[in-house]
Formats: sequence, structure tokens, C-alpha cells
Amino acid sequence: MTQKVLLTSKEVNIILHRLACQLIEKHLDFSDTILIGIQPRGSYLADRLKDLLEKEYKVPNIALGYLDITFFRDDFRRTNKPLEANRTQINFLVENKKVIFIDDVLYTGRSIRAALTAIQSFGRPSGIELLTLIDRRFSRDLPIQPDYRGRQVDAINDEKVKVSWMEQDGEDGVFLINSNK
Amino acid sequence: MSELSVNHLLGIKYINKQDIDLIFETADHFKEVINRPIKKVPSLRDITIANIFFENSTRTKLSFELAQKRLSADVISFSAAQSSVKKGETLIDTVNNILSMKVDMVVMRHANPGAAYFLSKNVKASIVNAGDGAHEHPTQALLDSYSIREKLGEVAGKKIVIVGDVLHSRVALSNIYALQMQGAEVKVCGPKTLIPRYIESLGVTVEPNLRKALEWCDVANMLRVQNERMDVNFFPSTREYSQQYGVDKTLLDSLDKEIVIMHPGPINRGVEITSDVADSQQSVILNQVENGVAIRMAVIYLLASKIQ
Repeated sequence: MTQKVLLTSKEVNIILHRLACQLIEKHLDFSDTILIGIQPRGSYLADRLKDLLEKEYKVPNIALGYLDITFFRDDFRRTNKPLEANRTQINFLVENKKVIFIDDVLYTGRSIRAALTAIQSFGRPSGIELLTLIDRRFSRDLPIQPDYRGRQVDAINDEKVKVSWMEQDGEDGVFLINSNK
Repeated sequence: MSELSVNHLLGIKYINKQDIDLIFETADHFKEVINRPIKKVPSLRDITIANIFFENSTRTKLSFELAQKRLSADVISFSAAQSSVKKGETLIDTVNNILSMKVDMVVMRHANPGAAYFLSKNVKASIVNAGDGAHEHPTQALLDSYSIREKLGEVAGKKIVIVGDVLHSRVALSNIYALQMQGAEVKVCGPKTLIPRYIESLGVTVEPNLRKALEWCDVANMLRVQNERMDVNFFPSTREYSQQYGVDKTLLDSLDKEIVIMHPGPINRGVEITSDVADSQQSVILNQVENGVAIRMAVIYLLASKIQ
């Protein structure tokens, strides 16, 4: 197994600041905007961005929820691995709000397709945008592209892009893992 | 998340503690789903389920149907009273005919103990036992334990008394298995005629005095007196039964602690419990019904994920 560093902790930090600024540019005071972290790994990025927006850029009261897409996935009974559910925590209606989906890696686009269906259980948003830290190019199964991206990465199918977070994995960073080498 | 150890839910006897934990964990997620503005998920849209009820049921049948619909399964429901069973068709023939219509799962209630087990050995479908005679009613026991866990934090170490018609009750047997598996202590209480002989062999103790039983317990699960299954008189009169084994507010208030009151329904108001007890803060009867949908969604979801 080989592991290559794609982004160091410092680079992740710079990118988070840039993404936060891009969000402010478009959403100003976030009064009609809701951040939704896609469970499980998108929630760390969503927490970070909310923290950054509130503490560094002084945008108060940002609404944040976590969406679990397990029961909306299109591969139920099609994989050998049982699907593992996580907690959904959305304590507000998204009716007429601008929703920003936040996930760590955009790969086939199927998770986001599931999230687009899942969010309908909470109302009809006025619009949905997508923010991902890593956008894997040339790997999409569906016509889904991010509105805000941290870094575009070329990786072949055997390779895995892993995003580590300080609070979960002990360090910030993005790694390219090839288990065949 | 792991998988269930079984392909059918025939009874609590056939599953283990890990299975119960997995079902409860999954039910937590579904409980959140059924409290959303839109209470439906598309997981089972390519699964067809037949609900076959050879015995009357309101709550269980509605609860199963709702659970299946909330998971987006296709559902066909069938009551024996309006079917060809009356014309003499056998159980296997009836079910195989239904399965030829490409049905993946069968939820069955039947008057004969072991009917679900028998079916699971003879037909190719995932079977869920929704009650077989006086044998087992696994989803009821699961939702009862789930409701105790929700109200008291955990089931382990809790003292539960099952009161009433234990003899005719499938709820009692499944509950005894489920509660003991999770580390609870179980007593049964009722007139001698309605307590099965040798019940102590299941590891439960018999307490004939209701007041003593209630003083001992954290939770009292009040069973319905199943008049329809009684071909002889098991007690002199309903009035005497309710005086000896019915819980009223005066009795409940005279205890030195607040116990939780459960009932699997349907309630004979004024017989097992009075209306003021059924509608009191201590009663979790309606929570049991809500949890029933979440538990059945979890069971069906987990079994469906094992269908090849």
C-alpha cells in the first residue's frame, strides 16, 4: 500500500479559508442559507466551515444540519457490505432556504444524488449548491458538479482519496492511497 | 453495522443479543425518519411484501403495513376470512401461490404455534412472524423492550413483571426471552389458572400477589385477558379478576415508587387496567404503538438487505 500526500494540514487550512470567503461572497449574512453536512465524513468539513465563518469572519448564527443518506442510496442489496446508517440531525425546515451540501470527496456523484432526494423530506429548498473539499475528475457516474471545490484531483479507480480531520483522525490532510502497490 | 444472524424473524428464541442491539440501533434511525415532515424513504422500492393474517389484528397489521409503506415496499394484504383458505387450500399452497406473484417477504399471523417456522422451512421467502398462536410475537417483544430502553435508558438490570393471562399470551413468551437476553429480571403475576405450569423452567418467578409484584418491579406489562381463547372458565368472573389483578390509580398511587405501565393492546378498559391508569403519565401504551412502526421498519429493512 502506498500513500501520497495530496494536501498538507497548512494547505487544507488555506483552502478552508478560501471556501469560507467564497461562501460569504455569495451568501453574505447567511440569513436564508443552511449548511448541510453529508454524513458521515462531510459533517467534519461542515463543522469546520461553520466554526471558521462564525469565529474568523464574524458571521453569527449559521444554521447547520447533518443529513444521512443511507436509506436513499441506490445500491441497497447491490453491495456485499451492509449499509451503515448515521444520524440525521436537521431541526429546521429547509422550505424556501438556500441549502449548501457539504461533503469531503466528490467521486461518482451517487451520494449527492441520494442527498438531493433525502433533503426533500425536510421541505422544498429554493436552491441547492454543492461544496466539496476534493473533486475527483473523470470519475462521475452522474451529471453532478460542485459549485465550490477545494482541489481537483486526478485519481484512477483503484486509488482512494482519504481526507483526515484533526478531531477524528489526529491530523488534517488529504492522501492518495493505492492499495495495489 | 453488521447483519442479522437470521434470514427470518420467527421468534426471539432464534435471534441473539447482537441482533436485538442492531434492530434497536436501526429503529433509532427510523424513529427519526417517521418524525420528519415527509416520513418515507425509498430503500425497499424493489421489494414486495405480503401480509397474510389468518387471525384478526388491527394494530399489528396496520403497524406492519405502515412500516412497509414508509420503506416504499409494495404491499399486498390478505385476510383469511375472505380467501380460498375457506375453500380448503393448505397453508403451503396458499403461500406458494402468493409467492408466484414474485413476493419477496411474508409477514404472517396464524392461530397455530410454529406456523411461521413451518413456512420458513417450506417456502422460498423471508418470513416474519406476526404472532403464531400462544407461541411467539417477536416484533411486539422488541417494541416493548425498545420502549423500556427509551423510557428508562436501558433494559439490563431492570425488573419487569408480566401481569395477567400469561397462559394464552404469545407476547409473554417473546417478552420473557427478549428481556432475559438483555439482562432484565422477569416475574409473572396472575391467577394460577392463567400461569402455565413449569413456567419457572424459563427462569422466571411467579408472584401471585399483584401488590407485591408491583412493589418489586420497575415496569408492569399488563396483558389482555384473551376471552376468545378461553373455552372454559379460568376465573369466576371478570369483576373478581379486575379486583385481584386489575391496576387502578389508587393502587398505583399507593406504591412508594413510580412504575412504568405497558400494555400490548387492545385494552379491556376496566379489566386489566382502568382508564385513568391507561391515560396516565406513567403509561407508555401509545409510545409502544409509535415505536412499533420504527421497530418493524428496522426488522423489515434488515431482513430485506439479506434477500438475494
